[in-house]
Amino acid sequence: MNEKTVAGYCIRCNDQGYLTDLEQWNREIGLEIAEEENITMTDKHWEVIEYLQNQCKQGVAITIRKVGKSGVVDIKQFYQLFPNGPLKKASKIAGIPKPVSCI
Amino acid sequence: MKQLLILGAGTSGTMMSNHLRKALPKNEWNITIVDNQKTHYYQPGFLFLPFDLYQTEQLKKTVAQFIPKGVNLIQESIDRIDKDNDKVFLQNNTEIHYDILIIATGCDIAPQEIEGMQGDHWYKSIYDFYSFDGAKNLRDKLKTWKGGKLVVHICEMPIKCPVAPLEFAFLADDFFTKKQMRDKVEIIYVTPMSGAFTKPVATKELSYLLDQKNINIVSDFNIEKVDTENSKIIDYGGLEVEYDLLVTVPTNMGDDMIARSGFGDDLNYVPTDKTTLQSKVKENIFVLGDATDLPASKAGSVAHFQADILVENIKLYIAGKPLKELFDGHANCFIETGFGKALLIDFNYNQEPVRGTFPIPGIGPLKLLEETRINHLGKLAFRWIYWNMLIKGKPIPFVSSKMKQGGKLIEEI
Repeated sequence: MNEKTVAGYCIRCNDQGYLTDLEQWNREIGLEIAEEENITMTDKHWEVIEYLQNQCKQGVAITIRKVGKSGVVDIKQFYQLFPNGPLKKASKIAGIPKPVSCI
Repeated sequence: MKQLLILGAGTSGTMMSNHLRKALPKNEWNITIVDNQKTHYYQPGFLFLPFDLYQTEQLKKTVAQFIPKGVNLIQESIDRIDKDNDKVFLQNNTEIHYDILIIATGCDIAPQEIEGMQGDHWYKSIYDFYSFDGAKNLRDKLKTWKGGKLVVHICEMPIKCPVAPLEFAFLADDFFTKKQMRDKVEIIYVTPMSGAFTKPVATKELSYLLDQKNINIVSDFNIEKVDTENSKIIDYGGLEVEYDLLVTVPTNMGDDMIARSGFGDDLNYVPTDKTTLQSKVKENIFVLGDATDLPASKAGSVAHFQADILVENIKLYIAGKPLKELFDGHANCFIETGFGKALLIDFNYNQEPVRGTFPIPGIGPLKLLEETRINHLGKLAFRWIYWNMLIKGKPIPFVSSKMKQGGKLIEEI
């Protein structure tokens, strides 16, 4: 477990910079992580982030397919908003865990 | 008489029929199990079949021979569940009333979900090994294949046995090396995940395997379509990977019957409480194995641990007592790494796979997250355990439903 300062807040995160406690997240933190990932956030970006956070809070495993059927964006739009690995980038900005497999 | 109905006679349903016939009094409970399939396949064997390491007859037995006396087996297709009236309709228009329903209809490949996958090239240059037919056809293809780009590919998560594609890549390295044509085969592993390994300890301990076996990784690849004309797969971001032989794990989906019943998520998995295995659909419906939407691995070992727990909870439900939140996501899987060695992993919802000894803490004889010959022998021995103990509901010595912490090198991460 690491601690680092993002947007002036001290947060707990893993080795790859993913927050380990969604409770610590706020928009300023999300914005700074997005900047690190070279993503300029728009209202549509935040809508996706909010959707992902809600899914995470409900304990639902997040997949590309689910995002595509969310009604927020389709998969192509998701790629346009968060290029090159949209799920892992959007998860990082949203302060939720990166999708993992069993090993 | 009260009625307990099990849908699906695969690994999960067969185990439950054996457990429950012993657990419930015969003069109070009728037990019925429905499945249209006549053959019970040893699915872990599908990994070995393409490399001609198992013969087809070693993987097949009848469904009926594992259903105990005192359980009524109906071999018909299921149309739908009418949850409001506690009834199941079969496709031959009969209906079955139940007091308790157990859904164990598993999941299956759905290659039709990806554009271009199941066309003229299916079983010519595109194969799966998650079905008996796919594995058998791939075996025949590999016997005469002259080499080229072998792409081992996962369409999307979740899939049954998430480590199987990686094992396939390892065994392919072994297979082509022994055929003295490894230099003619480029093995490319394409995954929608962030890498072949995604958990910190496994990434640290096992990444050497990919270099050692000369397996190239393409990560974060979410397939949009197969371009069969040009033999390449294309992802939503426009990334392309060429293949000469595509071995894919198609989208996995729960049974269509779940969709016809009006519940299930976008992949037909049943919303299920992750600790009690009671469905979120109705209190007298329970779910186990691959049919659930749980964030656990879809694997026979998981179904095995769930079965023990579900028997307890069904007894509590019948007695009108609160269910116990016993299921911890425990999974225990051998991972073949080729050349007569294998790894073993033991983990749950919260604990990632780590090094250690299994099943007896400090002794073993199996080693966790470490390549050994005895792990490989364990995997081979498992076929006997499966047919003779596991699906018959007999306890496996030293192996408990809840994951043990003892014997594991667990560090605070």
